[in-house]
Amino acid sequence: MRNALIKALILKAKNNRQLSLIVGDLGYSVVESFENSFPDQFINVGVAEQNMIGIASGMASEGFQVFTYSIANFPIFRCAEHIRNDIDYHNLPVTIIAVGGGVAYGNLGYSHHAVQDFSFIRSLINMIILAPGDPLETSACIDFITDNPQPSYLRINKSGEKLLFNKKPCLKPGELNIVAGRKNNKKLILTTGAVLELGLNIWESNKLIKKNWMVASLPIWGETLRGIITKELSKYKKIIVIEEHLLAGGFGSFLRESGISCEIMHLENEVCNEVGSQNYLKKKFGLNINMIFDLL
Amino acid sequence: MNSSKLSKDIKLFCLRMIYESNASHIGSALSIADILSVLYADIMQTFPENPNHPNRDRFILSKGHAASILYALLGELKYFDKAKLSNYGKNGDILMNHVSHKIPGVEFSTGSLGHGLSFGAGKALAAKKKGETWNTYVLMSDGELQEGSIWEALMFSAHHKLDNIVAIIDYNKLQSLKSINETLNIEPLKQKFASFGWHVLEVEGHDHKDLKKTFFEAKKVKNKPQIIIANTVKGKGVSFMENSIKWHYKTPNKRDYLKAIQEVKNA
Repeated sequence: MRNALIKALILKAKNNRQLSLIVGDLGYSVVESFENSFPDQFINVGVAEQNMIGIASGMASEGFQVFTYSIANFPIFRCAEHIRNDIDYHNLPVTIIAVGGGVAYGNLGYSHHAVQDFSFIRSLINMIILAPGDPLETSACIDFITDNPQPSYLRINKSGEKLLFNKKPCLKPGELNIVAGRKNNKKLILTTGAVLELGLNIWESNKLIKKNWMVASLPIWGETLRGIITKELSKYKKIIVIEEHLLAGGFGSFLRESGISCEIMHLENEVCNEVGSQNYLKKKFGLNINMIFDLL
Repeated sequence: MNSSKLSKDIKLFCLRMIYESNASHIGSALSIADILSVLYADIMQTFPENPNHPNRDRFILSKGHAASILYALLGELKYFDKAKLSNYGKNGDILMNHVSHKIPGVEFSTGSLGHGLSFGAGKALAAKKKGETWNTYVLMSDGELQEGSIWEALMFSAHHKLDNIVAIIDYNKLQSLKSINETLNIEPLKQKFASFGWHVLEVEGHDHKDLKKTFFEAKKVKNKPQIIIANTVKGKGVSFMENSIKWHYKTPNKRDYLKAIQEVKNA
């Protein structure tokens, strides 16, 4: 996903000299191609996330579209007030990119686990969340946000993700991106972010699920899109949400607040006390194929 | 435009706004009345009839709790109808007690300290990238320097040689509960800023001639951001408010108010 992201940004930067990428001293072997192609549109602010958001906001207030880049929690919680006051309140076109959503950096420990990020971002009144399910959807998210600059948070996984779509989808905010299943099915496995692959694996693992359920990604959501999403999901009789996030303040909780009845497969709080690979942590703490049978 | 007359006029308006709305921060507001008046009368390129004019100099009030004096100044300079100032702090109005970008002429909402310099540096960098010649002025409080984010922005501005940004420190030496030195010492300021790569100037923050001279001197500096340490008096112009901690939060009662405006008028 990281590489798909940078490729997409390079394509967009060619035609927009006011598109800038600001990194917080992270992105080794990822961001160099952007820097080499567009040195005047690239800044490494150093290890200073608060300043990164302030600089991005100041530039955005003067007509630039700015993408900030860091990993896990760093671009969210360290500079939370700068995001809230500077970007969101002033409604500025800054996209905060966090690489390593969920437990993608699982071995690095709790400091690097982004398992509460949605809870903060989705409470902001102007910010939308972009959480693509594969590299093609990542590229599509960049298409969307460069066509529609606004306060936004792009949460991607890290690397090695499978392609789950045949071609780059065209994304509309708050609308489902159907990945598998018969279109008239009224039962929906709904994911946001890279956990889409788990949703598909679950669907493929069981004949009955395959017959009666659909799988969809909801890559663009947030407080401003509540109405559209509620309408979009009203046609489904049963929904199981899968998210790589704690229950508190997550995507499933967002849907329940909107009056949408759903079961939620999420990371358990105990994940915060253990380290391990992404797959290990997901399997052990709530995100595994077997969990779905408790929810069906 | 006469900066001394402007300063007196906005002090009177500000006192009235704070008295009528039962608000705080009169000491912080009076502390910067002279700096603001000189900036807007003699230094900055301004377009009150078109507050978003692309060639305007940008002013950011990072110590957003002193909003009342900036609102008074913008009203006085006809950025908006001065009569609206009577709505300051009133229910449903946009003239909130901490500075708001919803007011014509205000670039950036603040209130939480430590945000203005990074935002201003972003603007200054944007001007450089676009080849535009306007300057950015950021006014901060002295207590605000205790915020770590300020030092991130200081490093950044010097590293990028942003000679189109001027930071001003309202150095009245008092913060919310006690003096700066009793709370968390920020000295030696000059050496700190110089070692962070800034061109440092010091000024008597209520002397209009000195302020004007110092701002012009700052404009001549190349390849370095400039910082002006303005030695000020909290509550300046009202004898019983000067250098007094309590006027950070205290609201003047009718007697205080009448006495204060008499003193400002007679000055």
